[in-house]
Amino acid sequence: MRPLVEVSGLHIAAVDGRGAQTPIVKDVSFDIAPGEVLALIGQSGSGKTTIALSLMGYARDGTRITGGSVKLDGTELRGLPARALQQLHGRDVAYVPQSAAASFNPSRRLMPQVIESAVVHGLMTRREAEAKAIALFAELALPDPANVGNRYPHQVSGGQLQRLIAAMALLTSPRLVIFDEPTTALDVTTQIGVLRAFKRVVREHGVTALYVSHDLAVVAQIADRILVLNQGEMQEIGEAERLISAPSHAYTRSLMAAARPPERNERPAAEERKPLLQVSALTAGYGRIGTNGMPLIPVLHDISFTVPAGHTLGIVGESGSGKSTLARVIAGLLPQAKGTVTLDGATLPPSLARRTRDQLRQIQFVHQMADTALNPSHTVAEILGRPLTFFGGLRGRARDRAVAELLDMVRLPAAVMHQRPASLSGGQKQRANLARALAARPRLLLCDEVTSALDSVVGAAVLKLLAELQSELGLSYVFISHDISTVRAICDQVMVLYAGQMMERGVRRVLSSTPRHPYSDLLVNSVPELRTGWLDEIEPAFGLESEVTTTFPNARACAFFPRCSVHIPGRCERDTPPIQHLSKGADIRCHRSENELRALAGTAVAAEV
Amino acid sequence: MRPALAVTGFLLKRLLFAAGTLLAVSLAVFAATEILPGDVAGAVLGQSATPEALAALRASMHLDLPASVRYLHWLGGMVTGDVGHSLVNNRPVSELIGSRLPNSLLLAGAATAFCVPIGLLLGICSAMRPTSVFDRVTSVATLSIVAVPEFFIGTLAVLVFAVNLRWFPALTLSPRIDSVEGFFRSMTLPVLSLSGIIIAQIMRMTRAALLDVLRRPYVEMARLKGVVGARLVLFYALPNALGPIANALALSLSHLLGGAIIIETIFNFPGLAKLLVDAVSTRDMPLVQACTMLFCLAYLILGTLADIAGMLANPRLRAS
Repeated sequence: MRPLVEVSGLHIAAVDGRGAQTPIVKDVSFDIAPGEVLALIGQSGSGKTTIALSLMGYARDGTRITGGSVKLDGTELRGLPARALQQLHGRDVAYVPQSAAASFNPSRRLMPQVIESAVVHGLMTRREAEAKAIALFAELALPDPANVGNRYPHQVSGGQLQRLIAAMALLTSPRLVIFDEPTTALDVTTQIGVLRAFKRVVREHGVTALYVSHDLAVVAQIADRILVLNQGEMQEIGEAERLISAPSHAYTRSLMAAARPPERNERPAAEERKPLLQVSALTAGYGRIGTNGMPLIPVLHDISFTVPAGHTLGIVGESGSGKSTLARVIAGLLPQAKGTVTLDGATLPPSLARRTRDQLRQIQFVHQMADTALNPSHTVAEILGRPLTFFGGLRGRARDRAVAELLDMVRLPAAVMHQRPASLSGGQKQRANLARALAARPRLLLCDEVTSALDSVVGAAVLKLLAELQSELGLSYVFISHDISTVRAICDQVMVLYAGQMMERGVRRVLSSTPRHPYSDLLVNSVPELRTGWLDEIEPAFGLESEVTTTFPNARACAFFPRCSVHIPGRCERDTPPIQHLSKGADIRCHRSENELRALAGTAVAAEV
Repeated sequence: MRPALAVTGFLLKRLLFAAGTLLAVSLAVFAATEILPGDVAGAVLGQSATPEALAALRASMHLDLPASVRYLHWLGGMVTGDVGHSLVNNRPVSELIGSRLPNSLLLAGAATAFCVPIGLLLGICSAMRPTSVFDRVTSVATLSIVAVPEFFIGTLAVLVFAVNLRWFPALTLSPRIDSVEGFFRSMTLPVLSLSGIIIAQIMRMTRAALLDVLRRPYVEMARLKGVVGARLVLFYALPNALGPIANALALSLSHLLGGAIIIETIFNFPGLAKLLVDAVSTRDMPLVQACTMLFCLAYLILGTLADIAGMLANPRLRAS
């Protein structure tokens, strides 16, 4: 049987205004057989999306296909006139982008957008298309399939949007579907349901697909074959099973190693050290504080924890769980409604404006997006120099010396001093961002998803740097992440947050040992494992309902009960769950006893490792 | 209907805001007129007036009262609908404005009807094909027009079309609306001279707003669905650019009422802007204040309309 897609000797280059070319994709060749799912794996900048778009005969502004051939069912797409390509788009080849939220027109309802390709190409009447769309919504496990199309994009959750955009792609039964990182922007718990829905329709409709991702574990669940890319060049291509179990190329092995960074060594128990940061009974939120002392939109409820000097506390939870709000309260950016934040025994004023310069110096914030945190019109020396002058009073030669020391500390070459952030790579930018925080000589760093925007290999290097800095400088970290493996790699203690409530708290290994809080269970078991067939083994019910609910009829209810697989009817939605101590050394907020949880652990999730 | 409710609430807020703005503007205008050297008595009686005559005239016009008293008196009049009497010819201000307002509205209306479609069309066309020859030509042309002062365009238009070609009269002493031919004869030159800058502004703002939207991922997604041409503009680009475009329109059009002074002077067009300038030179404060308040009101109305249009185009704002 002839392959549906034949790509041979493909070269794509970035072309700047003066016509100079920089190669992005170099000599890439592969086939996709009808009904096959081929995965393109690589880090950002490896040319994945560029190659994927070339299968639609499409090159983004500033890029050009400079050599080779791209054939779809025998038809050469290179040099096809615009009219013919337009006929192809949405009918023969459909595209599922990374961010459905950005890819839906915000000012139109969903249904007309979903059925648009069928209508534009005259394949179906509007009514037929809508009927087919509703059937696809149901297949993709969207709630209320008949009516969800009447909503606007902002009225639907991220995971649902991703399913809707997949329905949009599948509506015309295209011969090829391109999935471009379709689950990357989702929480792990949401990803699992979306991934399963995709896999089912791909299987049942016999879809031929190109699946682009940076995450080997995700790809292992859905792809038949995998192609590994690095800097626009093919490293290795092979059957998914074979490639995962026995990668032949060194680059593939480094990719696999970085995907699951090793846990750091156990360190002296927390009790032996003096707490540096102490947060007690913290309640905070947004909007005016009412007569009952609660903010209009409460985000955090009664949070308490300590961070010993030189230790790292990891805070995990899905988006919307209040992780970043907690960091903002500690930093003084958002004054709390109730509770106290103590640093080294001294209570910190809630508001930034009332903290002393020395208090400000001791707590520094490292943002997720170094891109937006660093002033683009300043050089690295100026960015680092400001806090050195502000907190340390350094000027002139002394300041230059301190900048050089800081760069050395974060393992950046001294030459970047005179560069602006735009000319640095993603990893370098995050290091510069870290150096900016270190310039204040802080004792506590608030790291908010600092590796989330980075590729796994680069992110692993930043994690290693953080650990080294901690032992060199005795720093303490509050490390916020949605990624359990990252937290396991760097933290001494962890706290699991859900809807602004502490669900589980303890030393790092509490995440690896059962029994766990049911929400910790859900988080841990949602992380795809690096082997094929993992997705097929987990329970069908697992991870299906994944919308965070924050409004309850009863304010004292357990926030997690609507999603809890082991909740006690009549109790969890009515009474505040007690905080109880488990023998493994963790505190959890749950009505279930340790023995009950242990007995139920097996029933909640089939694939327990 | 929730959208209707949301718009009503928004309108109420805007009305309060508008009232506050008008109050602030009235204070600023009153303060500014106080700072102006000379007064109406001096302007009316001329340089040879005796101090006694000046003082008597001032007293009869209540100009001898403290500024705060005069301001409150005037404000009270505004609120109760009495905009005052002209100090110079003792006619009600409302009558003076009433005789000029239709002319100004006619000029503004004609210019709007002419400029808005052309500006939008040019903006859309050049945004659809950025860096094309068409885009570059319109870009250079509109920039040149913005750079040339209105009085130059107006004078040139008079020279070419009125003096040399004799197609249109050089002066528009009274705009004619009794016949189509008369309307075009009297209005063409003022409207044309006024429209250069307006079209250029609308075109450039439309182009910028559309280009911004056309760079969004959902436009790329639409292209990859096979959506091109007019459908892309009508369903994807325009609805999402409507807010900024409407605001740009409001800004450009609010210029038409009070900002047409140069054109009104060149063509001797009996409009409001000319009335205001005459009032300033004679220190006729009630008239100055009333005209300024009217321009401010027009600007507020246009701005509110633009915000409502932007709100209705955005389902997120519509609901909240």
